[in-house]
Amino acid sequence: MCLAIPAKVVLMNEGGMAEVDIHGVTRTVSLSLTPEAEIGSWVLIHAGFSIQIVDEEFANESWELIKQIEWDDSDNPLEVSA
Amino acid sequence: MADVQAAWRDPELARHLVDLIEHAADRPLKLMEVCGTHTVAIARFGLRALMPENITLLSGPGCPVCVTANRDIDLAIELARVPGVAVTTFGDMMKVPGSYSSLAREKSEGRDVRIVYSPLDAIKMAQAEPDKQVVFLGIGFETTVPIIAATIKQAAALGIENFSVLCVHKTVPGALEALVNDPDVHIDGFILPGHVSTIIGSAPYRFIAEKYKVPGVVTGFEPVDILQGVWMLAKQLHEGRAEIEIAYQRGVNADGNPTARALIDEVFEPIDAEWRGIGVIPGTGLGIREAFSKWDAAKRFDVTPPEARAIPGCQCGEVLRGAILPFQCRIFGKGCTPEHPIGPCMVSSEGSCAAYYRYTDYGR
Amino acid sequence: MRSDRILLSHGSGGTMMRELIEDVFISRFNDEALLRMDDAASLVVPPGRIALTTDTYVVTPRFFPGGDIGKLAVAGTVNDVATAGAVPMFLTVGFVLEEGLMVEELVRILDSMVAVAAEAGVRIVTGDTKVVERGHGDGIYINTAGVGVVREGLDLSSSHCRPGDVVLLSGTLGDHGIAVMSVREGLSFGTDILSDAAPLNHLVGAVLDAAPDVRCFRDPTRGGLASCLNELAGASGVSMTVDEDSVPVREQVRGACEMLGYDVYQVANEGKMVAIVPAEQADAALAAMRASRYGEEAAIIGQVTEGHAGRVYVQTTFGARRIMDMLVGEQLPRIC
Repeated sequence: MCLAIPAKVVLMNEGGMAEVDIHGVTRTVSLSLTPEAEIGSWVLIHAGFSIQIVDEEFANESWELIKQIEWDDSDNPLEVSA
Repeated sequence: MADVQAAWRDPELARHLVDLIEHAADRPLKLMEVCGTHTVAIARFGLRALMPENITLLSGPGCPVCVTANRDIDLAIELARVPGVAVTTFGDMMKVPGSYSSLAREKSEGRDVRIVYSPLDAIKMAQAEPDKQVVFLGIGFETTVPIIAATIKQAAALGIENFSVLCVHKTVPGALEALVNDPDVHIDGFILPGHVSTIIGSAPYRFIAEKYKVPGVVTGFEPVDILQGVWMLAKQLHEGRAEIEIAYQRGVNADGNPTARALIDEVFEPIDAEWRGIGVIPGTGLGIREAFSKWDAAKRFDVTPPEARAIPGCQCGEVLRGAILPFQCRIFGKGCTPEHPIGPCMVSSEGSCAAYYRYTDYGR
Repeated sequence: MRSDRILLSHGSGGTMMRELIEDVFISRFNDEALLRMDDAASLVVPPGRIALTTDTYVVTPRFFPGGDIGKLAVAGTVNDVATAGAVPMFLTVGFVLEEGLMVEELVRILDSMVAVAAEAGVRIVTGDTKVVERGHGDGIYINTAGVGVVREGLDLSSSHCRPGDVVLLSGTLGDHGIAVMSVREGLSFGTDILSDAAPLNHLVGAVLDAAPDVRCFRDPTRGGLASCLNELAGASGVSMTVDEDSVPVREQVRGACEMLGYDVYQVANEGKMVAIVPAEQADAALAAMRASRYGEEAAIIGQVTEGHAGRVYVQTTFGARRIMDMLVGEQLPRIC
């Protein structure tokens, strides 16, 4: 129900519209739902709108954290705390 | 970020998570994913085959196209038959059958039905064709609702009179309550929709955990995301906890998107809605508020569709509730196939039956 | 040509039609058979089996990044003949023109056709034109037939694939479909992707020289790679598995497919060839593709296997296996 994909804001236009880049393909979307987005922001786009700003660094960190989860012998998972 | 996307498909990380899941799943578990996009992702990435034997992934009513009642589709079709009306819709809805016809069929018979990628395209169409009445078919859950809200506001601000919305949007949390209360289906945990939660955050799901003691994890859509969601559910169940957690942290804040939610509240109000297969669930529909009623297609046009009827032989309702798996439907693969679909679950690109049929060996 | 637009009288068989044919068509195609303006072209065809194909082109919009309907028509017909293992020699072209079509656009399309025909080494030897009323005909439709002579001793067939054979693909998937979508009304996204429409007869010839026991060729046009492989697997009663990581796809095509919710395996290609080759000749076939124009990014993408007849599987990037499904109906952009 929710095909939303990450895209990078590359150009700001008038009326709250912006151009975003998805793997080199560009498209014009509305930023009215994410007014804080600026050039360089990564956003999730859905049906011609940006619906959320995505934190790239945070994304990288969360991925690293999953790698570090381990299950120890006492049958309880050890987690590296966030 | 492009690299990060690839990272969320890392096979090694996936294997690591499958390992963890196997440790944690100490008894048969039924987990329901409530989002059509999850249904497709799970099928496309072949994730069921990776699950340990004792975990069953059930598909729920998360395909907004599939859960739209026949009489709502019939109404859209009736509008397409009004001279001078152009019905605009997301591609997803074109082939879905109503009681007697579909938008694709209406188009082939000469009605003005057009696919748009964004409702903003429908506004542009209304501006470019002032002698057409452009009606936008508003389908989708909370991911899409704020977008239609923004569009209605734009129509109002620009004074566009020949545009209106047929609002058939629905909201997810209320439907989860109906599922938990369904005696035919026993769900141990919910894989919660990632992008709906981008808008609404995690708070609206809390009652599932607190009142019904069923855990839920807000999950993203790449294979590693989904496995992470399953792992976190299995872990909660292993530890006897029932909480709402967010796995999809890069896309979802606990608070969601307040700007989007404010827009939804401004333009829409909760009403009752009929969900195919489940029936009427109070408060899960959205109606356009009085202040914007001028752009409400249901009020602008006075049409009466023919009496809605159920599609003979179709068991989509049971599939949508999770009461049966697609291949357990009597006509799955026999009489109901993507080439000759009987019900929406086989037609919709997100329907569970279509996902099973297209990506697995069932039904062939 | 005095008029800048095609008029109904240009199709009526009278002097205006003659003017159109002489000034616009014949002057461009400039072929000796065509110049005779006989009702049929009289040709000498070398002895042997002939391969004969027909196709009709109705693409909208008629101009798209990297090509136009004319380029598509000639390349597509040449490729169909080539997949039979034949050297394409002669083409026919029939036009249905809509009243009001700009002559300048028609000329551009014809120039495209001449260029591709020259590259492929084929002659356009006979043609026909009709004009239909405004509101019918979408600007221009082109019908073609192509004929060629099959290489001696060659017996290619879609039913010849055997377990153990290798699946080769001559280059990147999805370019044509995405290029056309990018200029469709209501979608518009910015991309550098160009249609890959191209004549592949020389590439096919090179592969046949290097790997004479090729089982069959097929071009993954409408319905994409999925339709192509499903049809071959079905015709041969075998299974196939494609290794997702080996399939060449441009980043932008990936991005566009994700944005539109498309499956890249179902997107049309107009300048690509699939070849099914016995394992011991696969490397030679691949080298021949890569040394050919339009085959520089060729790759081995999978194998033919035992198993359920007619099933095509994808070994996903992620490590699991799922079915590569055929398109049912048209591909629609989706938000869900």
